[in-house]
Amino acid sequence: MQDLLYFFQQLVNGLTIGSTYALIAIGYTMVYGIIGMINFAHGEIYMIGAYTALIAITGLATLGVTWLPLVLIVALICAMIVSSAMGWAVERVAYRPVRGRHRLIPLISAIGMSIFLQNYVHLAQGSRNIGFPALIHGGFTFGSPDTFQAQISYMQITIFITTLICMTALSVFISRSRTGRACRAVSQDLGMANLLGIDTNRIISATFVIGAALAAVAGLLLGMYYGSIDPLFGFIAGLKAFTAAVLGGIGSIPGAMLGGLVLGVAESLTSGYLSGEYKDVVSFGLLILILLFKPTGLLGKPEVEKI
Amino acid sequence: MAANNVRHAFFSALITLIISYPILGLNLEAQGISVTLTGADTSTVIAIFIAVIVVFVFQLFRERLMDKIRELPILSARAHKEPMAENKRAKIESWIITGIVVLALFWPFFVSRGAVDLATLVLIYIMLALGLNVVVGLAGLLDLGYVAFYAVGAYTFALLAQYADFSFWMALPVGACLAALFGLVLGFPVLRLRGDYLAIVTLGFGEIIRILLNNWTTLTGGPNGIGGIPDPTLFGMEFGRRVKGEGNTSFHDTFGIAYSGEHKVIFLYLIALVLAVFTAMVIRRFMRMPVGRAWEALREDEIAARSLGLSRTAVKLSAFTIGAFFAGFSGTVFASKQGFISPESFVFLESAIVLAIVVLGGMGSQIGVILAAIAVTILPELAREFSEYRMLIFGAAMVLMMVWRPQGLMPMRRIHIELNRQE
Repeated sequence: MQDLLYFFQQLVNGLTIGSTYALIAIGYTMVYGIIGMINFAHGEIYMIGAYTALIAITGLATLGVTWLPLVLIVALICAMIVSSAMGWAVERVAYRPVRGRHRLIPLISAIGMSIFLQNYVHLAQGSRNIGFPALIHGGFTFGSPDTFQAQISYMQITIFITTLICMTALSVFISRSRTGRACRAVSQDLGMANLLGIDTNRIISATFVIGAALAAVAGLLLGMYYGSIDPLFGFIAGLKAFTAAVLGGIGSIPGAMLGGLVLGVAESLTSGYLSGEYKDVVSFGLLILILLFKPTGLLGKPEVEKI
Repeated sequence: MAANNVRHAFFSALITLIISYPILGLNLEAQGISVTLTGADTSTVIAIFIAVIVVFVFQLFRERLMDKIRELPILSARAHKEPMAENKRAKIESWIITGIVVLALFWPFFVSRGAVDLATLVLIYIMLALGLNVVVGLAGLLDLGYVAFYAVGAYTFALLAQYADFSFWMALPVGACLAALFGLVLGFPVLRLRGDYLAIVTLGFGEIIRILLNNWTTLTGGPNGIGGIPDPTLFGMEFGRRVKGEGNTSFHDTFGIAYSGEHKVIFLYLIALVLAVFTAMVIRRFMRMPVGRAWEALREDEIAARSLGLSRTAVKLSAFTIGAFFAGFSGTVFASKQGFISPESFVFLESAIVLAIVVLGGMGSQIGVILAAIAVTILPELAREFSEYRMLIFGAAMVLMMVWRPQGLMPMRRIHIELNRQE
């Protein structure tokens, strides 16, 4: 019974982390699906989202606003606006001018952007990590208090529900709305979509904006969950989310969701049963293995090499 | 058109405001466990608004400005300039290189110890960058975990010195070969991957190596690192005040001169110089060998190269292994220079700096890479007050370079025939 509870706890932790990875991974997978590049700066956009959310929360606290739902919603909206603007600007400045050139050129530009943004926040906000207030306390506990107790905190439930809402909204948006339809058309064939009168530049910008907004949601949630943020915390999270995107099959949105959950659970089981220090090794090792043996991921379509 | 322009300019200015004001204008300060928010000083706020206005004006007159810039005499003059004759250029180049090497040989005897130390570091970066240049510049394989091979070289020396009493000269080939072996073993399965996947896998590999070094405390000392790495010796002569190794003599006793700490620094510098020249020469040879041509052919058009009978795996693997070899080489020198290494020295940022050097210098071009290595290492030292902006400028420079001059500051040139364009 105890072992089962322990396993259950790890599973819940893994799904919590995994669902936020999925939120970030969507940004990678959508951009990759449309223009075939790895948006290396995506992790930094997520980090900026977390910083903006913290700034908004602290600002509201200074103003004396304490009603929790209002604080969370205002912080979320601020983070989404700033991150989206950042995503838009990054695409405009660093990616659009180099689009269509040799494959390495946009990638190097993206790495440069990532370093730039990291240091931008570092210079503006300092390099130390800053405590992020855990606004949501408490939770349900299972098991007897003298042995092991599994706990599902309200924070974890909030993360699940928010992620679920975002994913549903995104699915509806992609499948129903005009822009969503255009997104799918562009990702199938950019040139053809262009010929049919779709403003592809606008759609590509929209992709970056949507990805950045979802990353900002993840930034707020993970900031609260971990309890502190620093300018470097986007880097590893971005790498993990990319792993999740590849795991699920890059270019596929359901794949990113599945990949995020699988990666989160794998990581949490590693830190639960082996050692917390090696969880990064496991996720990068997983990435390497997936790329070697099934580069299309779990739900991806095989890519045909065109001559 | 005009209304459209105004709208676009207004939108751009608004975006600039949104991305700069919350991050730059409001500062979070942690006091104990509570966090407070303070507004930035007025100069920052004014700077933000100036930036917003500049963006607005620039976007408003963008087309006219771009036309003006294109008409500038410097740019149009350069486009029509005939390149120098190939043999003449090669001759001048070889003279310049010889001159620089001779100068570099005698220079350390006249300057301060700190300058020589810095120059040694520059030479280590030159070796690293030349090695990465083979992988990224020539073969077109983006390796973001290059620092892992550097770490392998450095740790090989440190561990061998600690457990097996290896000297620098014994460890140098071992470290380089072990790094090459790591490159071979990693490269063999990984090089089938497409360019951007390869970048991420190598990045993951670099992180794995660093995490292992950090956590394998019994062997590597974890975050505490390994100290007491011996200095190189000259034919059994040590450069310390007292002789440590058995059967060694000390440099100052043998030559009957007074002991000076500078001898060691200069000696290390000279070793680094010789090894850097060696690296450059070996790679230059490789570039002219069939394998070097194959690297570039594969980079330019993989399908065409394969259809001409080149083995993709073998060619890529050779580039990857040679790159790793020289990273291990410079890692050994680095360990010996520092005398102490820890996983701190082998973070992703280090890979990014070396990549930035290669990109800025011009991918494939050796002279460009060497000059970029010198500039990137020395400029932050000269302008210390700007040193915290160093990485910010690096990042921006990488982006701008890709946008404006992806071939780098001094692009590689090859003997080639160009057909005249028909007017």
